[in-house]
Amino acid sequence: MAYNFKDTMNKPERLSSGHRMCAGCGGTIAVRNVLRGLHEEDKAVIANATGCLEVSTFTYPYTAWEDSYIHNAFENAGATLSGVEGAYNLMKRRGRLDETYKFIAFGGDGGTYDIGFQSLSGAMERNHDLVYVCYDNGAYMNTGIQRSSATPLFADTTTTPVGKNSNGKIQNRKDLASVIAAHDVPYVAQTTFWKNFKDLHLKAEKAIYTPGAAFLNIMAPCPRGWRYRTPNIMEICRLGVETCYWPLFEVVEGKWILNYEPKNKKPIEDFLRPQGRFKHLFKKGNEELIEAFQKEVDRRWEELLFRCSK
Amino acid sequence: MAKRDRLSGNEAVAVALRQINPDVFPAFPITPSTEIPQYFASFVANGQVDTEFITVESEHSSMSAAIGASAAGTRALTATSSCGLAYMWEELYIAASNRLPIVLALVNRALSGPININCDHSDAMGARDSGWIQIYAENNQEAYDNMVQAFRISEHKSVRLPIMICQDGFITSHAVENIELLEDEDVKAFVGEYKPENYLLNPKCPLAVGPYAVTDYYMEAKRSQAEGMRYVETAVLETAGDFARLSGREYGLFEAYRLEDADYAVVMIGSAAGTAKDAVDELRADGEKAGLLKLRLYRPFPAEAIAEALKHVKTVAIMDRAESYNNHGGPLGADVMAALYRAGSRVLAVNYIYGLGGRDVRVESIKEVFAALKQIASDGRAGEAYRYLGIRE
Repeated sequence: MAYNFKDTMNKPERLSSGHRMCAGCGGTIAVRNVLRGLHEEDKAVIANATGCLEVSTFTYPYTAWEDSYIHNAFENAGATLSGVEGAYNLMKRRGRLDETYKFIAFGGDGGTYDIGFQSLSGAMERNHDLVYVCYDNGAYMNTGIQRSSATPLFADTTTTPVGKNSNGKIQNRKDLASVIAAHDVPYVAQTTFWKNFKDLHLKAEKAIYTPGAAFLNIMAPCPRGWRYRTPNIMEICRLGVETCYWPLFEVVEGKWILNYEPKNKKPIEDFLRPQGRFKHLFKKGNEELIEAFQKEVDRRWEELLFRCSK
Repeated sequence: MAKRDRLSGNEAVAVALRQINPDVFPAFPITPSTEIPQYFASFVANGQVDTEFITVESEHSSMSAAIGASAAGTRALTATSSCGLAYMWEELYIAASNRLPIVLALVNRALSGPININCDHSDAMGARDSGWIQIYAENNQEAYDNMVQAFRISEHKSVRLPIMICQDGFITSHAVENIELLEDEDVKAFVGEYKPENYLLNPKCPLAVGPYAVTDYYMEAKRSQAEGMRYVETAVLETAGDFARLSGREYGLFEAYRLEDADYAVVMIGSAAGTAKDAVDELRADGEKAGLLKLRLYRPFPAEAIAEALKHVKTVAIMDRAESYNNHGGPLGADVMAALYRAGSRVLAVNYIYGLGGRDVRVESIKEVFAALKQIASDGRAGEAYRYLGIRE
């Protein structure tokens, strides 16, 4: 079925308003738009790793989730949803359920790249029919902006603070989408809030309706942690894509597909400058830090082009 | 009609599970419980069960997946030992707080370190405050019978709490003994169909599980769990009554072995109780009034019934197959002594740590304990109440 923006946006919300996420939170935008990938007639079970999303959307006795929902712990959304999907298979096999259910896990980068990595890897390798969505805001935001393995180089976080002897995080971020692609799952994609969200909506639908395990990595800026002007989230995401810091791609049955190639690749400063977490990079004398950052972005971009046979 | 067979404890439990044909079984191997999922995998491979068997990548994930499957509305179980149980620790609390009737076949093994694959109860004792029901077996017959009874206790409407069915690593899990098995149809009928009330895959009403609940609700949630625990004794006894009618085998909260008129008693859990029975018999033949209280239900702790059963003895030794590192005694010792104190008992009690990491316990070892109990009775004082049995000092 052809993509129709109006129809997609007119679907009923499956994460209701009244939850306690911050105004302008990227995580919430990611969730609401991923859920638009569900066909209206289908039911879903959502699993959620501990994090901002969980504590702010299911504070007893209130839930913002229209679908069935399970939060278990920080590191096991993948395993928990494996069990739910297993239960579904069993109920179908024994004729105890007629309805179609889809299974979606949401985790921040802490619950996905780091503490939940084993559980995620297991769920992907076993190829359960589920989607794991990482809303990647590049740090442990729920506990107060500590670094994760998704935190970009030189970011100022509360465990990689900038100081006399520190320029922020000293390591590059883990390329998790590639790591999951190496699990040989049927569908992996990376996206963010781009233009009118068609890219995200289509990838969510594909991920949900591709049989077997799928992984979506969504750059979901956190205004508190990244320290940009909250209303500018779309601009931040656009710059992430235009600088090739956050490329949009898919890996379908092992085939790498680049979804967007900027005509004029913007310099990485454009992405870094509006963000307070990179403020120190623009001090006089720190030019080589930006150069180092640019070099790594270029290296990864070239590698991606190669994988996508560009 | 019962069938006689010769099975190890692990195989006996696996056979019970085959007869039950549970819904979802996430599994991860660890010695000495590995054979349970291994036997079960062959039942799946041969079409003897249609269980959803999920070979996860760790014990943390096996319990996590069991929680997902149970919350989804199916009958879920897993098996583990030792470090596997320790790795699940966080999840044990979550399973209990979500009131999920998950069954765990626990084959008791010492916790590391040093790493040791043999039996003690340090794994289960570490989980004694997690909100799980714990039932222990002396031998493979009891392990089988307890597994057949497990789901009914755990799923009881007033209980709805997860349950550990424990047996001793190697001593019970690997030793092949004679056993009486029930017919498949009888087990299926006894266990019955699982009919959850609220579950994730209920198309009529979505459900949210695992909320954030702080100062305003957390304490009530914990209190409600404790309320579920209050009904466990009733559920255990009701289930045991029905089981006795089916099998002819009687079970209670504990077994009192030649205890009614005993002057000296030992209290213990697990396979060493079989050894203790021999010691009791030998002492009785010599005219000594020795007796045994073998605990079956350890969580919740049947404190009043135990104090009542021990009220007439002169001295008692509580035997712990786990350390508690409090310079005071083991976990069972603390529980039994608290029960005696509350009942106003003046019985002289001592607490032995024994059998750690598979250290052998023999008839002579238990007779040594009874000799000490007799001495205490004649001295009129317990002396050092925290003791070790069978140790090179």
